[in-house]
Amino acid sequence: MASMTMAKALNTALRDAMEADDRVVCLGEDVGTLGGVFRITDGLAKDFGERRVMDTPLAESGILGISIGLAIRGYRPIPEMQFDGFSYPALDQALSHLAKYRNRTMGHQPMPVVVRIPYGGGIGAVEHHSESPETYYAHTAGLKVVTPSTPADAYALLRQSIEADDPVIFLEPKRRYWAKGEVDLPVTGLPIGTAAVLRDGTDCTVVAYGPMVKVALDAADAAEEEGLGSLEVIDLRSLVPFDEDTVVASAEKTGRVVVVHEAPEFLGFGAEVAARVTERAFLSMEAPVLRCTGLDTPYPPSRLEEVYLPGVDRLLWTVKRSLDY
Amino acid sequence: MDAHDEQVRLLDSEGNVETHPNYKVDLDDDQYLTLYRQMVVARRVDQEGMHLQRQGQLGIWAPLIGQEAAQVGSANALAERDFVFPSYREHAVGYVRGVDLVEMFRLYRGQRLSGWDPAEYNFAPYSIPIATQALHAVGWAIGAKWDGSDQVAMTYFGDGATSEGDLNEALNFAAVNAAPVVFFCQNNQWAISVPLSKQAAGPLWRRGPGFGMPGVQVDGNDVLAVYAVARAAVERAREGGGPTFVEALTYRLGAHTTTDDPTRYRTRDELDLWTAREPIARYKAFLVKAGLWSEEVEAETQAEADRVTAHVRQAVEDMPNPPLSDLYAHVYADPPVTLRRQVERLEEFESELEEADA
Repeated sequence: MASMTMAKALNTALRDAMEADDRVVCLGEDVGTLGGVFRITDGLAKDFGERRVMDTPLAESGILGISIGLAIRGYRPIPEMQFDGFSYPALDQALSHLAKYRNRTMGHQPMPVVVRIPYGGGIGAVEHHSESPETYYAHTAGLKVVTPSTPADAYALLRQSIEADDPVIFLEPKRRYWAKGEVDLPVTGLPIGTAAVLRDGTDCTVVAYGPMVKVALDAADAAEEEGLGSLEVIDLRSLVPFDEDTVVASAEKTGRVVVVHEAPEFLGFGAEVAARVTERAFLSMEAPVLRCTGLDTPYPPSRLEEVYLPGVDRLLWTVKRSLDY
Repeated sequence: MDAHDEQVRLLDSEGNVETHPNYKVDLDDDQYLTLYRQMVVARRVDQEGMHLQRQGQLGIWAPLIGQEAAQVGSANALAERDFVFPSYREHAVGYVRGVDLVEMFRLYRGQRLSGWDPAEYNFAPYSIPIATQALHAVGWAIGAKWDGSDQVAMTYFGDGATSEGDLNEALNFAAVNAAPVVFFCQNNQWAISVPLSKQAAGPLWRRGPGFGMPGVQVDGNDVLAVYAVARAAVERAREGGGPTFVEALTYRLGAHTTTDDPTRYRTRDELDLWTAREPIARYKAFLVKAGLWSEEVEAETQAEADRVTAHVRQAVEDMPNPPLSDLYAHVYADPPVTLRRQVERLEEFESELEEADA
C-alpha cells in the first residue's frame, strides 16, 4: 500500500495502460515534453516516445477529431482537454461524432476514446478554468461520463475507461489532484456504473461526485459531531451510467436525499437524481430531494468562488432543511 | 512550395487532348471506358434518387449531377487499401469504392443513419456536419504513418467547408505531421445559396501552401485531369511526401438537396453556361476522337446504368422499415442500466398498444 496523489495515480494508470496495450496513445496540448500543465502525463513522452504521447497544435476540435480518426485506425486514443473551459471547441466532435459513430455504423465502428478533462473550481483560477461541463456530456446518448474522487478510484476508473469500447468523458476534479490517498496497485475497484456508499448513515443521504465527495464526507463528520444526524454518503463515480439502484435503496432507507455538485442547479445532474428518486422511492420519502449546488450564474471571479461553490456549511444547512421539512 | 497558378486541364471543352508539363494519364482502353461507364451510371442513379424522392420513397436526396468527373476521377486514383472520408454527396465515390449504391439510399430514405460497414469498403459513413470528417481522415492517416503502412486517406468536402474551423485544423494537423492524406475539395461554387465570392476572398487551392503543403487547382469537369492530379497527390502521400490540397473546380448543376430551390439565388444564364461545360459530354467527345467510343460501348454503358438503376429502385421500394431494436441496439457496447430500463418500458408500451389494437 502506497500513499500517492490523484495526479500520480492518474499518471500511473496511463503508464500501466500504455505498457499493457501499445494501441493506447495520449495526445493534447503540452502533454509531451512538459508532461501536461497538471503533470498528469509527466515522464510518459520520455518513456514511450513522442509518437505515443503527442504534443499537438493548439486546437481542441482538432485534438478530438484526430482521436476519432485514430480510433477508426484501431488505436485507443486518450486526448486531453487542457481545461474544462477550453473543451467547448471540441463539443461538436464529441456530440456529433464521438457519441454517435458506433450507433451510426450499426455497431461496426466502436469509439474507444477516453477524453480527459480537468474540471471544477476551487483553485483560485481566472475565468474558463473552473467549469463543470458534466451535464453537456451526460445529456448526450453514446457517451459515458466518469469522475473519480480519490487517488485509488482515479486509477481504477481510468484503467477501466481505457479498456472500455465506449467513449468515456473522464472528468478529473482538479482541486483534488494533489490530495493524497492510499493506493494499492493495481486497483481493480468497482466497475463503471456502480456507485460507492462511502459512509453508512440513517437520517439523510448525500449524493456527491468528483470534487464534492470530500465536502460530503466532511459534512457527515461535522453532522455527527454536532449531533445534527447520521448522513449516508454516496459517491456516484459515474454519471453515465447512473447507478440509480444504489441511490434509490439509500433513499428508501433514510427517506431524505440531498444532492451536491459544483455545476449550476438548473437542469444539473441533481435534477436527474431528484426525478428518479421521486419516481421510485416516492412513498419512502420524508422530504423532497434538495440540491446544494453552484449558482445559476457564470463561474465568478475567484474571490467569490467560496460563496459560489457548495462547502461544508452550505451543505449542512441544506441537510438541515431536509431534516426539518 | 509546389503551387500552380493555372488550373490543370488535360481535355479542352471539345474533348481534345491538351498536354501539361506536370500531369498526364496513361490508361488502357478498358480503364478509359470504365471512367465513362462510372460517370454515366452515377448520373443515372442520381436522377433516380431525384425521382424516388419526388415519389415519396426518399425523405431527401442530395444530387451530385455535374460533379461526376470530380468524384469518379479522384476515387479511381485510390487503391482498395486506402480509406475515404466522404461528406454526404459522394455517391459516385462510394460506387467506385464498390459500395452497393442501395446503401446510400438507406440514409436518404430514413431507414438507417448509414448503411455500410466502413471497414468493408474503407469508406467512412457519410458525414453531414460540414468539414468534421476531414479531421477523422487526418487522424486515420497519422495512424497509418505510425503503422509503417503505405495507405493513404482521402477526404472529400466542398467550397463551403473551407470556412469551417475543423477543415483548417485538419490541414494544419496534417501538415505538421506530414500525414498521408489528400484533401479533395469539390468547389461546386455554391454552399446552398451562398456563392464562393461570399465564402472566400482568395483562391481555395492556396490554402495548401498557406498550411505548408502543395495546393493544386484542377478542372473538376475534366475526369482525366482530376484523375492525374489526384493520382499524383495519392502517390506523393504514399511515398511519405505528406498531404496535398486539391481544389477541383466544378459546378453543382442540381439543387443543394431536394428541399432547395436554386432559382431563388442563381441565374438561368449561369446554369446554362455550366450545363454546356458538364463533364460527361466532354469526356464522350474525347472517347469518340480517341476511337474508343462505339455504338456498342454506348449500348453496354446504358444497359449497365439501366441495370444498376433498376436494382436501386427495386431495393428502395422493397426496403422494410427498420426494426424497433435499431433505436437502441448499437448506441453503446455496454449500455447503461437506465437505457435498458427505458427500452423495457417502451417494449411494454408497444406490446400493450398491440394488444389494444388486436
